[in-house]
Amino acid sequence: MSIVPEARGTAVSRASREVVVSAPARDATVGAARVRSEPHPAANLPGLGLADRPLPASEELAPADEPAAAEELAAAQERSASQGLLAPVPPRIPAAAGFGAAFGAVYRGQLARSKVGRIPLLFVASFQSIGILVLLRGILDVGNTTAAGQVVAGSTVLVVAFVALNLLAQRFGALRAAGALDYYLTLPVPPAAVVLGTAASYATFAAPGTLVTAVFGSLLYGLSLSGLWLLAPVVLLAGVCLSGIGAAVGLLAPRPELATIAGQLGMSIVLFLGVIPADRLPEVGRLARDVLPSTYAVDALAAAFQRNVDWATVLADLAVCAAVGAGALAAAVLALRRVGTS
Amino acid sequence: MGGVLSYAIRGLTRRHGVGEHSVLANDRIDLDVRQGEVFGVLGPNGAGKTTLVRLLMGLLRPDAGTIMMFGRDVRAAPDLPARLTGYLGQADLALAELPVATAVGTTARMRGLSRGEARAARDAVLDELGLTGVAHRPLARLSGGQRRLACVATALVGDRPVLILDEPTTGLDPVARRAVWGALERRRDTAGTTVVLITHNVLEAESVLDRVAVLEAGRVIACDTPGQLKASVSGDVRLDLAWRHDPPAADPTVAMLAGLATVSGRRWTVRLAPAAARDALGRLTTGAALAALDDFSLATPSLEDVYLTLGGASRDLERT
Repeated sequence: MSIVPEARGTAVSRASREVVVSAPARDATVGAARVRSEPHPAANLPGLGLADRPLPASEELAPADEPAAAEELAAAQERSASQGLLAPVPPRIPAAAGFGAAFGAVYRGQLARSKVGRIPLLFVASFQSIGILVLLRGILDVGNTTAAGQVVAGSTVLVVAFVALNLLAQRFGALRAAGALDYYLTLPVPPAAVVLGTAASYATFAAPGTLVTAVFGSLLYGLSLSGLWLLAPVVLLAGVCLSGIGAAVGLLAPRPELATIAGQLGMSIVLFLGVIPADRLPEVGRLARDVLPSTYAVDALAAAFQRNVDWATVLADLAVCAAVGAGALAAAVLALRRVGTS
Repeated sequence: MGGVLSYAIRGLTRRHGVGEHSVLANDRIDLDVRQGEVFGVLGPNGAGKTTLVRLLMGLLRPDAGTIMMFGRDVRAAPDLPARLTGYLGQADLALAELPVATAVGTTARMRGLSRGEARAARDAVLDELGLTGVAHRPLARLSGGQRRLACVATALVGDRPVLILDEPTTGLDPVARRAVWGALERRRDTAGTTVVLITHNVLEAESVLDRVAVLEAGRVIACDTPGQLKASVSGDVRLDLAWRHDPPAADPTVAMLAGLATVSGRRWTVRLAPAAARDALGRLTTGAALAALDDFSLATPSLEDVYLTLGGASRDLERT
């Protein structure tokens, strides 16, 4: 029975490897100025793509702004030079991703994940709105195109609200709770690209549902389909507006359950104040309706079903959606940054 | 030993929570990480390892102290960590439902690579880690080990000059673990990549790290090469004994060892001078205690011994 101590790595073998680490640099006598102008050998590696992307001088790493670090670096280089070793040079800072590329990457990633599990939700969103249309068909007077237009427009915007408010708030709430936002926050991308890219992927699934709902509603209530092109800007702006709010709610809620509840509550409010015609609401309801940004989208779309369209009002309604959307997105971006450095 | 400092960390302090229940997660940490080294942070759960890397990535703000990255203060350039560093955190919900290839490819795009570069980098890293066969399956439908490996691939893609990996090999089988270690060493040797690797696994620390900082309750209690650390603690060796049933208490060797041993169930761990250990084992294996002895091993000090000798209190470091 032999008793031999386990063989383990030694300091000697590791020290000898550090010579190899330093080897790729080119000039043993590099001074500070020289270091600054030499690209890191990593920049020439295939697949990195940094060699052909020169950065402005301000983006390059000065070897040391801090006296202690500068001394350390100079001393290290002197030591290396005296030993005939080559000192590594500081790397160039890779460029950050542009907004377009980052938006595209987030969108594509979220769309890929939507393919897996989100399609059933799309049906739920449309069925819910179609159900409301059928239900209200029995109550409304036939021939009242103002009320009918509003019901159809309200149901259509509800599809957007379901996806943007409810699902997006849930998603961001869950990501935040799991600490999974670190993934985005540690990539060199603008936070707005993360919020908008995610929202846009959800919107892609909401868009067909809004078309189905609007067409079905128009046929059911005998409304004209000629102004239906207005659906495109309405859905886009309502989507930006409500998804900005949804994302902000999800990112700011202290717990994911609260984000879910807030999203569902928001959707219920959009449902009641959007679908019920304005003239049938009590005074307080009408006031609430004026405050709720989604109702401006409802009004703009409802106008599309009427014979005489007041374009100034439609444009004003859409402008409100756009303004609230910009504000909500800014809030969501701030919330995302705040999560990042809590 | 020359080189540029990837990180110069001074007096880094961060407290979680407020008042009585607050925890000092990082307490006046000073560290230098050289360019082109695989630097490890070893410590038990709750030692403050994750807080440290989240501070390095700018995900937390320090209460006090400075972090210089390649000579620049990250407070003055908050986008520096994201641009220079490939980061692997512990949560992967953001990627869970994405197919592996999409997760890696879109991450490359978000690191600023062009479409063509991102595709090439994605294919190369999937091949390197042996993930090509599962490239089109969502992460959530992979085994735990493969899922972690796919996340490692997202950190590696785009060849950043610095990699910060928070327990990258947790849940990996030995083959995948070696693939990750190989990938890290390749990047260090060919591109001068700096790697900061968080681990609570002693074997990992001893296998891949050039230098290691040992963290205990938010403080760095030691920092050196694994070999130097082990040589510094003592010349003692570790004798592990596993008993089939209670050993004869009357046996003088058993009685001597019982007085020195750290007991965990039927397992005893004793630290002794090499000659004394050999002598004790010789007497155990020839005497009356042999019938009770199930298994034994004698080993030179590991980083776990370093940790315990330096005053580490936790017992949850992994050995395999």
